[in-house]
Amino acid sequence: MQPNNQALLARKHQRRRRLATFGSYAILTLGALVVLFPLYMAVVSSLLTTKQIGQQPPVFFPTNPQWHAYQAAFIGGHLSTYMWNSVIQTTEIVVGSVLTSLAAAYAFASFSFPFKRVLWAIILGTLLVPFEVTIVTNYKTVEQLHLLGSMWALTIPFMCSAVGIFLLRQAFLGIPQEMREAALLDGCGPIRYLLRVAVPLVRPQLAAFTVIAVLGAWNQYLWPLLLTSNDEAHRTLQIGLKALNAGTFEGYGTVLAGAVIASIPMLVLMVVFNKQLVRSLTGGAVK
Amino acid sequence: MSAKRSARVREATLGYALILPALLLVTVFVLYPFFRNFSLFLYHAPPYPGLPSKWAGLSQMWETVSSTSFQQGLEATLLYTVLVVPIGVLLGLVFAVAAHQKLKGMAIYRTIFATTAVSSVAVAAVVFGTFMNPVFGLLPWLGIDPNPSVLQNPTWAMFAMAVIGLWQFVGLSFILFSAGLQSLPEEVLEAAKIDGAGAVRSFFQITVPLLSPTIFYVFTVGTIAAMFTFGQMDLLVGPGGASFVRVNTLAYQIYQYAVTTPNPGVAACISIALFILTATITFLNFRFLERRVNYAT
Repeated sequence: MQPNNQALLARKHQRRRRLATFGSYAILTLGALVVLFPLYMAVVSSLLTTKQIGQQPPVFFPTNPQWHAYQAAFIGGHLSTYMWNSVIQTTEIVVGSVLTSLAAAYAFASFSFPFKRVLWAIILGTLLVPFEVTIVTNYKTVEQLHLLGSMWALTIPFMCSAVGIFLLRQAFLGIPQEMREAALLDGCGPIRYLLRVAVPLVRPQLAAFTVIAVLGAWNQYLWPLLLTSNDEAHRTLQIGLKALNAGTFEGYGTVLAGAVIASIPMLVLMVVFNKQLVRSLTGGAVK
Repeated sequence: MSAKRSARVREATLGYALILPALLLVTVFVLYPFFRNFSLFLYHAPPYPGLPSKWAGLSQMWETVSSTSFQQGLEATLLYTVLVVPIGVLLGLVFAVAAHQKLKGMAIYRTIFATTAVSSVAVAAVVFGTFMNPVFGLLPWLGIDPNPSVLQNPTWAMFAMAVIGLWQFVGLSFILFSAGLQSLPEEVLEAAKIDGAGAVRSFFQITVPLLSPTIFYVFTVGTIAAMFTFGQMDLLVGPGGASFVRVNTLAYQIYQYAVTTPNPGVAACISIALFILTATITFLNFRFLERRVNYAT
């Protein structure tokens, strides 16, 4: 090939590459703007003055930010109570499902006992059952357990997670078997081994599962709606948003303020624990 | 010999003790209520609470699935799924491929796309719902002003629901595709570029076939989630809405028969029907889509 030709080809490549880079940025920027627009406008609109609401064209920047919508949401809309309920609900679900998953995952990974395969298949099989098809009977169950009207009714059905057992079992299986044998030979009991050796070793996967458990619990809609439509004392933030969503002029800023309040903890979680979130959403496939 | 045996018994005992809490919860709150549907669906709810349920046999199932409301629910569920899943898969894939480069600022784009995946259905619905308000929303500014308003409009309400669902699904789709891309051999994608394959050609001839397992996975996950959607329908339309029958998905009907107008028999019939329908679609996905999946990576 002529040197001249080669230079020409190289330049052609370079041009193409630059075009591809430009194209990527263009697609991503456009997509990001569209994706971010609703949340951005929610923040802006929650800060508007009464006069600015519903103006045409809309106000895209809060020139004179007002905080009364947040006050209205927190006090008039009882979001302070609902937020506290959400914190308790999320904490109970996360602590419960982490503990039961850790224990079960450890047993499935390192113990041998009769019917282990069958029991494992049963646990995995529950992944196929959508929660929606269980609500009728689950409501009866929490009623018969006398849990209605307490936070436990909201949380107990979610205190075990097949996803958690699956992720943590994979993690435990990744620990070399010799390590466990050596520890046990040294006189370390199986429970002490779990707490002192195994759990610290699977911390990344444990963190990943915790993050997704927090996200799932905080964002729950169906079950808290079913239980707290008429039980304001135990309502979570998500259900509180429904009550705010009256569609009135006065409620315009309040409901958006509520949405911002409900989103902020999860957005912070996502930014801080992005890696863990991705790992858990992809079933631990990404290291 | 007996020492070895007693050690084995001890190990098994401890093993059972460790799985007991999980197994108990799963049995009580997943397996039992799931299988209970298969006995509930055989009985008519009593006319007054407290009276005994009446045996219905399979007739209740037939009555339920042949009713107009079930047919409309089925239509709504399928329409929603068709509107959300394919576009969501495609957009997630395109954004993930565009972001899979060693360029400046990619981390910011990743974060932005992931925000929708962590937003709850209630947040997404009230935000979009507020902006779809005909008086003080954003639609008049965009030049869209149907009468009746979008959410109450039998023609457009489901599209509004789908926009909300799509916005939420794009984030998850993006995250899953980004992870899929990271697990691909970098050399192959690079080689395509050096080969001089154009961006569009290399996308369809190299990236898509290599990513086909992920595409199949996202498609399946998205379909199952879409088939059980009802959050934005409940938040923005509800039983009183003018467009209610058009957005009254089967999952929403289960909720209503569980709570608003309690009828365990009918709720069980719809639960079973929706479960079988979703399982069938998932099975067909496996059967026909997975054949085209290229696992040889």
